[in-house]
Amino acid sequence: VLEIAIQNAKAYLLRTSSKSGLNLYDHLSNVLTKILDERPENAVDIIENISQDVKMAHFSKKLDTLQNENELLPMYEIAEMQKTLFLQGNLEGADQELEDEIAESSLPNVMESAFYFEQAGVGLGTDETYRIFLALKQLTETHPIQRCRFWGKILGIERNYIVAEVEFREGEDEEEVEEEEVAEERDNEAIEADEEEEDELPKAFYKPPPTIPKEENRTGANKYVYFVCNEPGRPWVKLPSVMPAQIVIARKIKKFFTGRLDAPILSYPPFPGNESNYLRAQIARISAGTHVSPLGFFQFGEEEGEEEEEVEGGRDSFEENPDFEGIQVMDLVESLSNWVHHVQHILPQGRCNWFNPVQKDEEEEEEEDEEKEEKGEDPDYIEQEVGPPLLTPISEDLEIQNMPAWTTRLSSNLIPQYAIAVLRSNLWPGAYAFSNGKKFENFYIGWGHKYSVDNYTPPVPPPVYQEYPSGPEITEMDDPDVEEEKAFRAAQEATVFAAEENEETEEDEDED
Amino acid sequence: MDAESLLLSLELASGSGQGLSPDRRASLLTSLLLVKRDYRYDRVLFWGRILGIVADYYIAQGLSEDQLAPRKTLYSLNCTDWSLLPPATEETMAQTAMVKGRFMGDPSHEYEHTEIQKVNEGEKIFEEEVVVQVKEETRLVSIIDQIDQAVAIIPRGALFKTPFGPSNVNRTFEGLSLSEAKKLSSYFHFREAIDLKNKTLLEKADLDPSLDFMDSLEHDIPKGSWSIQMERGNALVVLRSLLWPGLTFYHAPRTKNYGYIYVGTGEKNLDLPFML
Repeated sequence: VLEIAIQNAKAYLLRTSSKSGLNLYDHLSNVLTKILDERPENAVDIIENISQDVKMAHFSKKLDTLQNENELLPMYEIAEMQKTLFLQGNLEGADQELEDEIAESSLPNVMESAFYFEQAGVGLGTDETYRIFLALKQLTETHPIQRCRFWGKILGIERNYIVAEVEFREGEDEEEVEEEEVAEERDNEAIEADEEEEDELPKAFYKPPPTIPKEENRTGANKYVYFVCNEPGRPWVKLPSVMPAQIVIARKIKKFFTGRLDAPILSYPPFPGNESNYLRAQIARISAGTHVSPLGFFQFGEEEGEEEEEVEGGRDSFEENPDFEGIQVMDLVESLSNWVHHVQHILPQGRCNWFNPVQKDEEEEEEEDEEKEEKGEDPDYIEQEVGPPLLTPISEDLEIQNMPAWTTRLSSNLIPQYAIAVLRSNLWPGAYAFSNGKKFENFYIGWGHKYSVDNYTPPVPPPVYQEYPSGPEITEMDDPDVEEEKAFRAAQEATVFAAEENEETEEDEDED
Repeated sequence: MDAESLLLSLELASGSGQGLSPDRRASLLTSLLLVKRDYRYDRVLFWGRILGIVADYYIAQGLSEDQLAPRKTLYSLNCTDWSLLPPATEETMAQTAMVKGRFMGDPSHEYEHTEIQKVNEGEKIFEEEVVVQVKEETRLVSIIDQIDQAVAIIPRGALFKTPFGPSNVNRTFEGLSLSEAKKLSSYFHFREAIDLKNKTLLEKADLDPSLDFMDSLEHDIPKGSWSIQMERGNALVVLRSLLWPGLTFYHAPRTKNYGYIYVGTGEKNLDLPFML
């Protein structure tokens, strides 16, 4: 009897489900096999999950060699790209060349700065930093670069930007300047052509304010060239140089970066350019606001007949001070006046060196002195915008609603004798600087936006234009109603009779 | 992020640039262990850091057996001595709603703002300006609670709900698959469900009651308030909140490593609609 009962029970367990085609007997034995194979702790607590896993295993797709999984591809792609970074450039490499390379190298010691920033509690992981280091090496090898620096990282919605700040060797960047000029000329021609076509149409009274020319390479906001890439190993892209108008508009808008350089910027007021221009403008603003160095590290170079420039916008060149002896770390922490800006302030106009928009084209350069005298009498005379000169201590920085613009900190209170001074910008959250007394470095990581206590308010649209002056020629008359029409008809008929009688004489009067 | 796997977690979350200095890391590893013992928590999470002008707050949270039970929050200024914060109430929320600007880094600092209150005297109603003082500690409590409610997240499947109520850590969770990791719907708010109750039966039909018992990020308002990125090839998925900039969530697909950390100024990004 017992055997029959067992057989009945087994037969019941072996019944295949009409829905899934499985039977409980096989399932239980699979579950028990899995548990006995894997021997998890406290198996009874997770028996439901194990049972579910066993069931799920039936549905996992079984791929043969012809069907590869596609989703792994990007992983291999980036690994392949980064592998090239690790390959040594030329294996034949004569030792002599190597030595020269090391002596001339424009590559910064990224790992050293990363070490100091880690003491400060900021920075990317060691692994990522090293990959960036290799990517910078690749950049300096493929371009004629005098000086290179890891500027920072800007976060975006889809991808991030790694930004490198470089200075080309003398005379190496001229080709591109010419190309840009050609492009500008083309723009001008296009505008002229438009004007000719529009000749017959009524002209608008609106005169666009004169465009402010961009600063030459190696000066002002275009002092350095910036390269960006999304991930170390991916190609570096050179950002276009910045136009003053872009800086002016960038101050008025606040947009997230997407991570695609060609993404349009949809904003009000409209931004002239795409994301690469916006990125470049923000980089210029952040550099101008947050790049600081210990007092005395830089000094003004010996001026050689550049007095005129000095009058215009302050000295803009400086050099490393060979006699710099270092500042005590405690002094750097305690006093903000031991730190100075070494990037020029950007004026409200969007340039570092002021440009007078009222200049007349023809007289531009020849009669500068005369013009200066004239300016005083000129009704359009615009007062020169002046910013703080270069190497101004950051203790002069404006406060943000009773909040200091900078926070200083000692990196460690536990071992203060080897700690470094850390500076954090409150105006540009994400901007950091460190100094151990002799060395210093600036670094930015963040979303690329300025801090403000109040919420962002987009500027109001300009006032509406005035209506066309209303006069009799555009005033609408009331339509006559039925009675008026009847009266008019009666009057007309009367005049017809009168006309028949009087023929020509009164006709003219009635019609009026 | 779990205090026990702090070093690995910090490495995974380092893409946002906000790490900890070596001395802070070491002291956290030591002191959080003692916190776990002294307060008898089941799990201790290192929650993050709120940057103040003078000093930073380091925040840790203690969890009991039931993962969704109210969490205890502790703060420290030096990463060694921890103090317990009171739970947030609606009253503290209302008090601190008016405060704006950066944190100072001093728990006893008092923010002042004037409020216009209507006072009834007989039949006339006077409007009176009252200076309200809010302690920074109160603000800290309310900000941490707001961030927890809005952007604390975990991957789907990391917790499971037992039929008896409490939700536990899912021991068999082996990470999201790659295709799941790219979708916002595979991530849940790490709090009791709010929107789930409002869903129709049809919408709830496909949900697994033991796993899908929290709100997913899919329908977060405003749309696009999360940035989801694959890093290091496809080996790491990183979610950053745009509503509370500073919150980074990381998860290495097909592994158990996940967590979130907040390092920021403790201010909500109210400009978000303009910035997308």
